[in-house]
Amino acid sequence: MNNTTLIAVDDVTKVFATDGGEKTVLDGISLTINHGEIVALLGRSGSGKSTLLRCIAGLIGPSTGTVSYKGTPLNGSNPGTALVFQSFALLPWLTVLENVELGLEAKGIKPAERRERALKAIDVIGLDGFESAYPKELSGGMRQRVGFARALVVEPDVLLMDEPFSALDVLTSENLRSELVRMWSEGTMPTQTALIVTHNIEEAIQLADRILVLDSNPGRIKAELTVELPKPRDRRSPEFEDLVDEVYGILTGQQAEPRRAAVNGGGPDAAAAAQGLETPLPTASTGSLGGIVELLAAHGGSEGLAEIADELRYEIDDLLPVVDAAQLLKLVRTQDGALRITEQGRRYAGADLLRAKEQFATLAVEAAPLVRHIVKELRRSDSGAIRADGVLSDLRALYGDQEAQQQLDTAVDWGRYGELFEYDADSGRLLLPTHPDATAAAAGQTVDA
Amino acid sequence: MPVLRPLSGAGALRRPALRWTDLLVGVAIIVVFYLTIRATLGAASPLDLATAPSSISTDPAHLPYYALRSLLRMFVALIASTVFTFMVATAAARLPRVEKIVLPALDILQSVPILGFLSVTVTGFIALFPGSTLGLEAASVFAIFTSQAWNMAFSFHASLVSQSRDLDEAARLMRLSKWQRFWKLDVPSGMIPLVWNGMMSFGGGWFFLAASEAISVGDKTYALPGVGAYVAAAVEQGQLDRVGWAILAMIVMVLGTNFLFWRPLVAWAERFRQEDTAAVDRPRSLVLDLLAHSSIPRGLGRAFAPVGRGLDRATRPFGVAEHPLFVPRLRRRAGDVVMALVVIAGILYGAYWASEFIGSTIGFGSFGEAFGLGLITFIRVLVIIILATLIWVPVGVWVGMNPKVSKLAQPVVQLLASFPANFLFPFVIAFFVAVGIPLDIGGILLMALGSQWYILFNVIAGASAIPTDLRQAMESFRLTPWQRWRKLILPGIFPAYVTGGITAAGGAWNASIVSEIVSYNHNTLIAPGLGSYIAQATSGGDMARVLVGVIVMSVFVVGLNRLFWRRLYRVAETRFSL
Ligand SMILES: Nc1ncnc2c1ncn2[C@@H]1O[C@H](COP(=O)(O)OP(=O)(O)O)[C@@H](O)[C@H]1O
Ligand SMILES: [Mg+2]
Repeated sequence: MNNTTLIAVDDVTKVFATDGGEKTVLDGISLTINHGEIVALLGRSGSGKSTLLRCIAGLIGPSTGTVSYKGTPLNGSNPGTALVFQSFALLPWLTVLENVELGLEAKGIKPAERRERALKAIDVIGLDGFESAYPKELSGGMRQRVGFARALVVEPDVLLMDEPFSALDVLTSENLRSELVRMWSEGTMPTQTALIVTHNIEEAIQLADRILVLDSNPGRIKAELTVELPKPRDRRSPEFEDLVDEVYGILTGQQAEPRRAAVNGGGPDAAAAAQGLETPLPTASTGSLGGIVELLAAHGGSEGLAEIADELRYEIDDLLPVVDAAQLLKLVRTQDGALRITEQGRRYAGADLLRAKEQFATLAVEAAPLVRHIVKELRRSDSGAIRADGVLSDLRALYGDQEAQQQLDTAVDWGRYGELFEYDADSGRLLLPTHPDATAAAAGQTVDA
Repeated sequence: MPVLRPLSGAGALRRPALRWTDLLVGVAIIVVFYLTIRATLGAASPLDLATAPSSISTDPAHLPYYALRSLLRMFVALIASTVFTFMVATAAARLPRVEKIVLPALDILQSVPILGFLSVTVTGFIALFPGSTLGLEAASVFAIFTSQAWNMAFSFHASLVSQSRDLDEAARLMRLSKWQRFWKLDVPSGMIPLVWNGMMSFGGGWFFLAASEAISVGDKTYALPGVGAYVAAAVEQGQLDRVGWAILAMIVMVLGTNFLFWRPLVAWAERFRQEDTAAVDRPRSLVLDLLAHSSIPRGLGRAFAPVGRGLDRATRPFGVAEHPLFVPRLRRRAGDVVMALVVIAGILYGAYWASEFIGSTIGFGSFGEAFGLGLITFIRVLVIIILATLIWVPVGVWVGMNPKVSKLAQPVVQLLASFPANFLFPFVIAFFVAVGIPLDIGGILLMALGSQWYILFNVIAGASAIPTDLRQAMESFRLTPWQRWRKLILPGIFPAYVTGGITAAGGAWNASIVSEIVSYNHNTLIAPGLGSYIAQATSGGDMARVLVGVIVMSVFVVGLNRLFWRRLYRVAETRFSL
């Protein structure tokens, strides 16, 4: 293996402005990508994987730090890379052939040579016979093949992939993934160096020589693993399974410091911070929370995370928030990639609905800062009602628009389940259950559903 | 017949050498070419301003030629609007500093009464093309242009800034040249809204065509050969039957351009739709199907391919469609400051020039007079909007909620909306004169004639967009009619109604310039108002009053948009979106 560094990321931070605040998405990231290696960037959704990838592609600029390609700092799109998108990003008005040719056209290559190279790429990637089809005539798997052909035809030094298989169904993605593995091991792949962003642990282990695990809030590199299993890798081999467990352990492991939204600046943030709001609620529904505790109880109190994910057919993106939530409420504990039920959790699993709700309410007020904050504000108000907008604007400064709304939605779900408060969508108010309008809001909610 | 054995060249036999579609398309192309050249020759003919005709012959035999000349003006204006749109909207979308100026400017231009400017621009264009009809032609084309370009530019700018982020990133990472990106990504992704907007604006353009073919500058009137000037001449001489012929010609032109140009274009633009799901009833066009079956368009495409490649190469030096990630702060600041200074200086100079001009001629007191007249016209506009709302909202809802009816009604309404109302004026005015209705009241009807359709049109669109399952759910609840309106229909149509209302009100203000003063059979009727103020100032060559009138009308329109319609629109978006 040739050890020249193609891409160097040096102490990169990325800060996005939010409503009246800032959110640090990447914090002090340094990494290198060397010629001939395949690197996987693994992390949960929202940890900043795509942001980091776009910094590397030169599509967005880091707030501080530099990204360089072959030693030259980037100030525009990275000329040595091509990107495969999760959404395929094909031009719908061009045929498969025209889509693949476009990158060559941009390089000013003559029509005859262009056509020849495009046809070859189409052939290699298994799209023969579809040259004159339009993307909308193709299945998702075929579209992503076009995405790969388009990226590979320009023979980039580094192939960048942003969750390239996550929009495909399980079988299709498995098929395409193993074909890629085969092409890499057979040497038919024109590009030997790649960076793949994924939230699928097995995918990372299957493809990569090196795995970087990204922590969230803010995104930092939490661990780096080298995978030395020979390719193609058998996902049922004990070594493979050990690695999966290890990564689960890293992803759910105790942090040195509690996970926090990075707070910069003063003003409203400081007030919000005092409430503990910078510790986000894991976005898990109360239903899934109950489900996982009951599943653990049924399995005798302990089970590996990989097995749970398998049984539930959950991606880690679906599973980890639930695990986080259950952990936050002290219903479960994680230990080396396995999940263990606590005493608390056993009682919860055994309780009838009314009891379970009571227990949930106590735990949520104790452990979930946002729920506690809302309950406190409601009790403090004379009318037993507060405007959701106020809570939302505090959250916005910490999390940005989308995530703030998500935080509030989760809190409302938890509050409703624990019968701590109600939310009236028409008037945009949070209400104590004793408020006269609360029953109406609850009734409206059932009609909507 | 003996059994045919497969021959080596059988493929060539099966493909007829010349198909009838090819023949048809070929002949059509030649005819269009010929007509275009003929009309162009007429438009570029020499002209002596001193002896230029102030009226044209009303012999119906001339109508086909007049129609041709009018059509040429419409299409030249459309091309000009498209080029303007491409350049200005793209610059605004790519250069933040340009955007800060262009968007407000377009917003104001959209609300300015175009007809008030006609006389100002004519003088300029005549000076530009001395001794040729081209000056007058250009002025007329410019009037049509101003009724189309701002809308189209807004629409294209909106689609540029809402471009899919992934497609944008794919294009940047491929390092497409600026030219390639424009044609491969920007234009295709904005094509559908642009075509629809172009079609609507084109429909609105007929009104300005009719109003701009007979132009008064100072005390002199020039008439260009065209359908609009024909009507003007026929009305002046009280020949209602000849106006009837012109209306017929107009209907043929509106329907013809729709069938031969817009329908095929709309159907063709469907290929640029980005959603996966094919629309259930995709627009179809007979003409497009015909073209698709002919090999001539493809042949032409191949013949011109080298030109495309040449342009691609020639535009390479303009660089890659990419912007630097980091711009030194000092340089950016400096750029902002220079830009701001230039703009402020320009505005100050314009304001100084205008106040100097008005102050030294008619004095600032005239603003008061114009403002008072503006209030009168405002009342007329208000009456129109209220009446049109009361009448057309229920009708529009009924049509929109009955798919069968709306299928039949849609093309009719479209024709009504694009049919230039000023062609119908003569009949209405003749009626006023006969019955003795004063123009103070009658003018309201004239103004409404062109503008009310926007409300109907948009309400139909809004009502037919109410999801069927929602409608069925509401029906199962057995609501009273009033509850149905309040809970389902009003929220459903409100945003569309507001859009229609803005357009209708803008159209009514503009129409006041041709509606508050009319002449018929050597009689002139006048209703006091800002419209007649501007019209009289124009025909008297009183530039200062024209300027004052246009400024006051712009203030009215922009002010009402800001204070009333925009707020209503925000309410529509937040409270009532389905
Ligand atoms: N342009 C942006 N403006 C503001 N916030 C952003 C922007 N892009 C991403 N974010 C935020 O950064 C975080 C990380 O996003 P992303 O990189 O897409 O994560 P991932 O790909 O790991 O799911 C998210 O919380 C997201 O809301
Ligand atoms: Mg992502």
